[in-house]
Amino acid sequence: MNKLNLLKPDLNNLNTYLYAGSFLIFISLLDVFLNSFFAINVTSYLPQTISFILPLFLGFIGLHLVRIEFTGIKNLDLLNKNINTTNFNAILTLIIIFVIIKSIPPILSWFIIDANITGDTKEACTGSGACWTYIKIWLRRFVYGMYPNAEQWRINLSFISLLALGSVGYFATEKFKKYLTLYYVVIYPFIAFLFIFFFISGGPVFFEFSYGIIAFAVSIIVGFFVPKKLKVWYFLLVPIILYISLKYFLFYEESIDLGKLNGFNWVETGAWGGLSLTFIVSFFCLIFCFPVGMFLALGRRSALPTIRYISIGFIEFWRGVPLITVLFMSSVMFPMFLPEDFFMDKLVRVIIAISLFEAAYVAEVIRGGLQALPRGQYDAAKSLGMGYWKMHILVILPQALKLVIPGIANTFLALVKDTPLIFVVGLLELVGMLNLAKTNPDWLGFAMEGYVFAAIIFWIICYAMSKYSYNLEIKYKTER
Amino acid sequence: MSESIIQMKKVNKWFGEFQVLKNIDLEVEKNKKIVVCGPSGSGKSTLIRCINRLEEHQEGQIIVDNNELNDNTKNIEQIRAEVGMVFQQFNLFPHLSILDNCTLAPIWVKKLPKKEAEELAMKQLEKVQISDQALKYPGQLSGGQQQRCAIARALCMEPKIMLFDEPTSALDPEMIKEVLDAMVNLAKAGMTMIVVTHEMGFAKEVADEVIFMDEGMIVEKAETKEFFANPKSDRTKLFLSQIL
Repeated sequence: MNKLNLLKPDLNNLNTYLYAGSFLIFISLLDVFLNSFFAINVTSYLPQTISFILPLFLGFIGLHLVRIEFTGIKNLDLLNKNINTTNFNAILTLIIIFVIIKSIPPILSWFIIDANITGDTKEACTGSGACWTYIKIWLRRFVYGMYPNAEQWRINLSFISLLALGSVGYFATEKFKKYLTLYYVVIYPFIAFLFIFFFISGGPVFFEFSYGIIAFAVSIIVGFFVPKKLKVWYFLLVPIILYISLKYFLFYEESIDLGKLNGFNWVETGAWGGLSLTFIVSFFCLIFCFPVGMFLALGRRSALPTIRYISIGFIEFWRGVPLITVLFMSSVMFPMFLPEDFFMDKLVRVIIAISLFEAAYVAEVIRGGLQALPRGQYDAAKSLGMGYWKMHILVILPQALKLVIPGIANTFLALVKDTPLIFVVGLLELVGMLNLAKTNPDWLGFAMEGYVFAAIIFWIICYAMSKYSYNLEIKYKTER
Repeated sequence: MSESIIQMKKVNKWFGEFQVLKNIDLEVEKNKKIVVCGPSGSGKSTLIRCINRLEEHQEGQIIVDNNELNDNTKNIEQIRAEVGMVFQQFNLFPHLSILDNCTLAPIWVKKLPKKEAEELAMKQLEKVQISDQALKYPGQLSGGQQQRCAIARALCMEPKIMLFDEPTSALDPEMIKEVLDAMVNLAKAGMTMIVVTHEMGFAKEVADEVIFMDEGMIVEKAETKEFFANPKSDRTKLFLSQIL
């Protein structure tokens, strides 16, 4: 047997070191484990400090003993290479493992073991853990806000239909692929708007705006058959004429009994809320802020001074003011500047405000992408005879947008997490509803559960978005 | 006397204070091949970039195919479509396949139907011998292949004039030959070409005229044989002695 040198473990006594080291590590982990899960302190007879430090010390020595290079044992080599390279790393590793072991029992007990979910009053929550009963009872409010219970199927149906319509991209055949962009950029948001406007909102608006929608839809369908020369005039005039004629002749309001044709009960936007409102606000803001941001980014780099300065002014203004101020202005100040008979719904104003606000950020992100492109790309596009728009749409933007997917995703995530701020104008989405619910006299003292619930929901949404953006990055990666 | 397709009269250009082009007078006749050489920083690239107005000149006149280039030129895109250009750094569009690189401008600028554009592109890619790479992306190709694709892309617009801005300078020595071969073939087919290059072998083989530039001026302009046999100015002699 070779001489043992405890300070310098080597290959000669591999097994001795290995067994001793593994044993020490095992002991230290076991100690922490017992302490954490069963509240048993094996070393309680020692002074408190030593008892506290002991597992770390033992584990450290254990890791030191097994730190032998080129043992040929695959897992051991991996361990040494990755987490046990130096004494310092060994200690860090141990501390992290201990913290994880230590934190599992309290988290588990709060979330599951000591938590309550049965019953439907506050009194049912007897355990020391979370009171999921509270979430269970309030779930409808958290998801649908003040939307009447009997009408909530409208929200469900709308969201399910929109989800189904949104996923057609996956099933589109090669033949329809080229229309997908048009579909997602124009048609899908339009359908979404119709769903929300007619279905979730309902009420007499159904008829006030349906003329416009009908005129728009009919004229587009007919527009496919109009000769090319007349198209400009056609699209300038026909929809308006159609709209006016529909409004004043066909559906003249007094000639029909509005009461019978009201469609669904009207639910005013003030009653919307909860998670569904989070989705609605985020969805439309994402859709609107992107094109606006893109034009602002192009405008900021335009050679025309007017457009450039307007873009710069716009971007710097919106980036300079806090979102909460913008929202407040949109709800309080903005209506003062409008003519008296002009009414714009609070939700619409909020969506416009957030969109413009985020558009400024999106613009700067996209500008970064535009600037990252080599000048040669512009030269090449120009030398092929492309004008400004062709060059940007075909060559520059596809590359620039691909570059800024992470940045855009970042902005969009921030946008989704900014939506709770709409409480300042009295719209209560998920977090707003939580704030409302926690002040309910019957359910005082469950703020924690509510916020954890909101955190989990937001995390799921945001994680899905970030995953999706990551997939996009891979999908559009053509270099190498 | 054949007509001149490019005319430059007393062209001056400044980058800020620095004058890059000084009193350039140049006429290029149809189907002629001109090689422009000279030390770096002598304004060669700027000269040919002025011809399709990637750079704007400040004084003088540039007339390309009977269109004068100035701020009022409305149809600059049309002129550019007639003037193909190949760059030192290839400048292929990395987000498009080789075939799409070649068909993009014909489809969107010349409004060719997609099928025709693809046939044309395949024909041009065939000529530069990379038709088998048509569905790959630029990033997957070697430098020489990329540059040949760039030539094919420019040719797909069926230009009247081809400008080459140091097409082989960014290439490995081994790949230079394949690109030069493609250019020689193009020259033999009768294209009007202006080539900025340091490849004197290429100049001797195809050029009708060689222009030597230094410090923004055309120092010497002569028939190819004349240029290499008895250069007139001392500056040209010095340059040739170093490069040959």
